[in-house]
Amino acid sequence: MSNPIEQLTARLRERFSDKLSSCVVALGQITIEIRAADVLEICKALRDEPGFAFEQLIDVCGVDYAAYGQADWCTEDASRSGFSRGVDPNAYQEALGERPRFAAVYHLLSVSRNQRLRLRVYAPGDPPRVDSVVEIWAAANWFEREAFDFFGILFEGHPDLRRILTDYGFIGHPFRKDFPLEGNVEVRYDPAKGRVVYQPVTIENRVLVPRVIRRDYPAPRTTESDLR
Amino acid sequence: MPEIRNMTLNFGPQHPAAHGVLRLVLEMDGEVIERADPHIGLLHRGTEKLAESKPYNQSIGYMDRLDYVSMMCNEHAYVLAIERLLGVEPPLRAQYIRVLFDEITRILNHLMWLGAHGLDIGAMTIFLYCFREREDLMDCYEAVSGTRMHATYYRPGGVYRDLPERMPRYEASKWRSREDVERLNEARRGSLLDFIDDFAARFPACVDEYETLLTDNRIWKQRTVGIAVVSPERALALGFTGPMLRGSGVEWDLRKKQPYAVYERVDFDIPVGVNGDCYDRYLVRVEEMRQSAGIIKQCVAWLRKNPGPVTIEDYKLVSPRREDMKGDMESLIHHFKLFTEGYCVPEGEIYAAVEHPKGEFGIYLISDGANKPYRVKVRASGFAHLAGMDELVKGHMLADVVTTIGTLDIVFGEVDR
Repeated sequence: MSNPIEQLTARLRERFSDKLSSCVVALGQITIEIRAADVLEICKALRDEPGFAFEQLIDVCGVDYAAYGQADWCTEDASRSGFSRGVDPNAYQEALGERPRFAAVYHLLSVSRNQRLRLRVYAPGDPPRVDSVVEIWAAANWFEREAFDFFGILFEGHPDLRRILTDYGFIGHPFRKDFPLEGNVEVRYDPAKGRVVYQPVTIENRVLVPRVIRRDYPAPRTTESDLR
Repeated sequence: MPEIRNMTLNFGPQHPAAHGVLRLVLEMDGEVIERADPHIGLLHRGTEKLAESKPYNQSIGYMDRLDYVSMMCNEHAYVLAIERLLGVEPPLRAQYIRVLFDEITRILNHLMWLGAHGLDIGAMTIFLYCFREREDLMDCYEAVSGTRMHATYYRPGGVYRDLPERMPRYEASKWRSREDVERLNEARRGSLLDFIDDFAARFPACVDEYETLLTDNRIWKQRTVGIAVVSPERALALGFTGPMLRGSGVEWDLRKKQPYAVYERVDFDIPVGVNGDCYDRYLVRVEEMRQSAGIIKQCVAWLRKNPGPVTIEDYKLVSPRREDMKGDMESLIHHFKLFTEGYCVPEGEIYAAVEHPKGEFGIYLISDGANKPYRVKVRASGFAHLAGMDELVKGHMLADVVTTIGTLDIVFGEVDR
C-alpha cells in the first residue's frame, strides 16, 4: 500500500463507501463517479478534509455520451458489398444504455499532496441539472458557464449562468452530438439592409475520413478495480 | 456642483491593450473599477468540436493555433495524451528535443509577453529588444519544422524529423547588404544545435539588458508594484497556475512536481514571488527565461552526444520512410492506411497536462476506440486567469486594468478556443 494512488483510492472508499457509484484507476489516474445529489457534500469534503485537500479545481468538462461507440463503418464483420464511399452526416442516432446522456467531469488537483482526481457526475433530467460548485471552488464559475453554453447542462446555484463563448443570442448548444459541425446559421453583410444578417447555412459537411472503430490494439496497461 | 454617478464603460473588443479580442464591460465609480465583466468568445473557432471530426493526427495543427505564441507546448500536451492512451513512449532523443523546444517556446512566449506588457504600460524600447531575440528563436522553429509559428512538429511517437545539420542562412539582396548578411550569418555556419547553443550562451546578457530597462525603473515600479495582488489562497481557489500562482509564492511547477518527458534529468530552479503583485510576476517570468536558457544548454549538450532515432518504429502510428515506400509493399500500405484512416486509440480517458509558459495546459481526451477522439477538452490556463480578472481589478484605477490584462498573459487563441 505504499503507492499514493492506492492509498487515495482506499481512503476514498472508506470515506464515501456507498456514495461512490464507481472508483476506477486507469493509466495512473483515479476516476470516481458520484450521483448528482451528492456533489456538494462530496466536493466540500474533498476540498476541506486533510486526507484529500484538493484545493484546486483545474477543469470542468461537459460530455455528451449520446454517440459513444458509434462508427460510420462496421469493421468487425466482412461486408458483402464492400464499404460505400459516402458517409451520411445526418445518420446520428442516440445510442444510450441506462446512463444519462450528459455528464460533467471535474478535474481536481491537490497542490499540497501533489495528487489529481477525476470526478464524473452524470446529469439527470431534461434539461440536465447538476449542483454548482462555485461556492466551493471559485474557479468553477467560468468552467460551468462554458459547460452550460456548449451542452446545456444547468448548474443549479450558479450566480451568473450566462453563455460565454458563443455569440450573443446564439441558439442551441453546439457541442451536443446532434448539433451539426457546420452549424445552423451563418452571417453575411446585407448591403440592402446595411447590416449583418443571419441566414441558414449554405455549406454542407463532407466527411472525408469515416469514423471507424478497430480493436486491434492490445488493451492499455490498466489496473482496474471496479467497486461493482 | 455636478452630480457624480457610476459609469459603465466598454473596453474593446478592438483595443491594442486588450491583447486580441477582449471586450470588457467596466462598471466604474469615477475612475475606480467596481466590477469588470469580460466578454470573451469573439475568437471562438470550435477547436474541440473540430477535433472530434478528424483523425487524431490531423488535429495537431489546431493545437498550435490555440495559444499562438507558445505553439509547441500546446502540441506537447495533446501528443502526450494520445501517447499515454496508446501506451507508447517516444525515444529518449525525441523527448530531449521536445524539452529543448518546450523551453525555446517558453522564451518565445515570455519575450512576447514582456514586450507587449511593457508597451501597454508605456515602455517602448523593451518591445523592440524582445522582438530582436524572438526572431532568432523563430528561425529555430523554421529550421526544424519549415514554418515559423504553426509547427506541427511533435507527433505521437516522437517528433516529425531530426534536427537539421545545416542552419538556414541569410542571403544578400536588394535590402540586405553583403556585410549585413555576413554579420547575421556568423552564428549560422554550423548546425541548428550550434545556433541554439550560441543563442543560449548570449541570451542571459540580453535578459540583463531587459532588466536594466525595467527592473529598477521608477515608472515601471509605479505601474506594477502593489497592483492586482493575489494571495496564495485566492490564487489556488481561482484555479491560477504557472507564473500567476508562483508569483504569489506557491512553489508549484509541473516540470518538477509531475515531470513529463525528460524534465527529471535536467537541472533548473523554480522562481517564486513574495507579494503576488504584477511586479513579482514580472520577476518570476524574467527569471524563468534565464532558467530556460540553462535547460536549453543541457539539452544541447546531451543531443550532441547522443544521436539516434527520433520516432518509434511502429508504422501503424508513424509514417514509414519515404525511400522504403518506393520499393516495399508493406510500407506503402502502412503509409496509405495512416494517411487515409489514421490509427485507432484504445477506449479510455486521459488527462495530460504540461507546464505551459502561461500555466497548466491540459488535454482531457476521451476515446471510444475510434480513429477520431470522442471528446477533446482543452484546459487553457488563460481561461481560468481571465475568469479571475474581476477580482483582480476591483478597486483599482482604469489604467491598472491594462496592467492586469498584461500580467495575466492571456492569448485569445486559447481562451476562446
